[in-house]
Amino acid sequence: MALVLFFPKGRWHVSSRAFVILLPFLVIAAFWVMARYEARTVHDPTHKSYWERNGMVLGILFIVLVALWTLFLVTLPYLYMVVESFHPRLPPMKRFGPEDYLTLEQYKSLFVSPVDKEWNTTHLYAFFYTIVVSSAVTFLNLCICYPLAYFMAQAGSVQQVRLLMLGLIVPYWVNEILRAFSIRLLLAAKGLINQGLMGAGLTDAPIDFLGNNTGMWVGLSYANLLIMMFPLYNAIESLDKNQIEAARDLGAPWWKIHRDVVIPYAKPGIASGCTMVFMLAAGSLAAPLFLGGPNTLWFTAIVYDFFFQAFNWPRGSAYAFLLLAACITFVMIMLRLFKVKLGEAIR
Amino acid sequence: MSAGVDLDGVTVRFGNFTAVNNANLAIKGGEFFSFLGPSGCGKTTILRTVSGFLDPSAGKVRIAGQDMAGIGPNKRPTALIFQNLALFPLMTVAENIAYGLRVRGIDRVTRRKKAEELLDLIALPGQGDKLVSELSGGQKQRVAIARALAVEPQVLLLDEPLSALDLKLRQHMRNELRLIQQRVGITFIYITHDQGEALTMSDRIAVMSDGVIEQVADGKTVYDKPETAFVASFVGENNPFPGRVSKASADEAVVDTAFGKLKGRNPSGLKTGDKAILFVRPESFKLGKGAEGTTLESPVKNVAFEGNMTHVFLKGAGKKDITLTVGRHGSSKVPDQGEKATVHYTDGLGLVLPEGKMARE
Repeated sequence: MALVLFFPKGRWHVSSRAFVILLPFLVIAAFWVMARYEARTVHDPTHKSYWERNGMVLGILFIVLVALWTLFLVTLPYLYMVVESFHPRLPPMKRFGPEDYLTLEQYKSLFVSPVDKEWNTTHLYAFFYTIVVSSAVTFLNLCICYPLAYFMAQAGSVQQVRLLMLGLIVPYWVNEILRAFSIRLLLAAKGLINQGLMGAGLTDAPIDFLGNNTGMWVGLSYANLLIMMFPLYNAIESLDKNQIEAARDLGAPWWKIHRDVVIPYAKPGIASGCTMVFMLAAGSLAAPLFLGGPNTLWFTAIVYDFFFQAFNWPRGSAYAFLLLAACITFVMIMLRLFKVKLGEAIR
Repeated sequence: MSAGVDLDGVTVRFGNFTAVNNANLAIKGGEFFSFLGPSGCGKTTILRTVSGFLDPSAGKVRIAGQDMAGIGPNKRPTALIFQNLALFPLMTVAENIAYGLRVRGIDRVTRRKKAEELLDLIALPGQGDKLVSELSGGQKQRVAIARALAVEPQVLLLDEPLSALDLKLRQHMRNELRLIQQRVGITFIYITHDQGEALTMSDRIAVMSDGVIEQVADGKTVYDKPETAFVASFVGENNPFPGRVSKASADEAVVDTAFGKLKGRNPSGLKTGDKAILFVRPESFKLGKGAEGTTLESPVKNVAFEGNMTHVFLKGAGKKDITLTVGRHGSSKVPDQGEKATVHYTDGLGLVLPEGKMARE
């Protein structure tokens, strides 16, 4: 099989797919070189080299295990998708044949529809809609979580914090889809909230929370609440209480204390939480699918359909990578704007 | 500029625990006033009550005659220097110093100018653009002082600010603090468990124990004329001899102790039969038999030579040794370990106080 990959149809041609198979060996070699380099460059006599620390057998085992784990379970599947996205969609029989060439047409198809050669407005709209809604959800979560995290980290008593933590975590023991459906039940036309509103006489007809996308917003925010909560809590929790009191003692009202002392200190945590929530919201499937309105086209759902409905893996991967690239670019720009170093945000 | 601080029956309770019990004090404007006591005696609680972070459960705090009830820490004419200084790590030195002015909406140029002035005052000229992390311990200390002074408080509150420094620096900063206080002329309220700091810097000292103010006086009075057994045992070294008063007059009393009848001053007017403790300072003992005064004997347990003086430890009645300090050029020979030593003191240097709680060793 490997030989076929290396030399398809007897030609001396290393296909792009073979490159993926070769990579683990290259990385193992790189590890090896790094270990040799360390042994040669460190002159501290008390410093034990990698091989002295672990011995030859264990040393090799560690390298091979780490390399295999990162490569086969993490990197390779992605790399396979990358490679796939640069190929045309072909039935299995025609793979490695003359029609199997490297192409950018899958990437182009997001912008120009391959069917009618017009602008692919439906998908482009979904693409930007996803990014805009995800950033709005991120901001919303930040607004919800910052006061909560501050309360838990600095203001609340041990008892209150424990209770709050429990209330936050326990719902996450429930399956994500089940949670989405329970929100749906709450927000449905004859759901609890509409019945309550009508019972109180606030509205005559039920409000279409699901159709107007309220459900999607609630679902997206709630699914990622803890992801925002914990980095924020961690960051604020390590802030010395005396700093807050010092600012207060120097005459600062509460909002200036937050502006000048707490938020600058918690900035890495805020950046980390926002990055993760944004990435996860943009990639989420359940909430937009179950809670979104009938006309809402979520980009991840389109990718999902390419993979599992149309069996068009190349185009699905191309779309997924375009979304990934756009999200990473967006995050980078935001980090730069708020002057956070990447290292701080992924701490 | 400077304001007095009055505590009228201030009591602070946390649940069932009474941290400060009925504190009555009048701290004068421009005074360097110290609260001295072991940890957990309630001195920090008093400071936080004056600065406004805590509300008294009963009683009133008045600053410059004005009742402070309901006035938050950001509205009081006080500035607090924290034990760990609590400088803002993400701001430069100048930004730290000028922060109090910034929240008051004072413009950048004025702020910068004021920061430069204060940097001169604390002898760190031109260091405003450094980060706090680039400063040494003593420099951080001074920046904290400058930051507090920038808001021109009428009362500066200091919560053991020197405790994190090493010995040499601590002694240096004592002088510096005293100088700064004299230069700016505002009221300093200083919290410490270190009697050396309290005695060297303060105009007056309040000695506290278990939430109660035991004595308020200047340093010399607190040392020479302690009013309670706690103050006598906490401030400076002291040798307690507990017993019962066997003979008493207005000036003097004789206490029947494990070492026989010992005589001392009787400022609290104890009567015959009262339980009492007689205190003698280590430096009040002289070696040998005195022509007058009171003499006692005990075997020598240990001798510690310390350069300018020698500490001699005699076997005491309980666990605690009797210590005496012998100067370099005394006439008598310092006894050796195991020998029986005879020591005496002038009666005026013994002090008879009613039995009471003692400072923990």
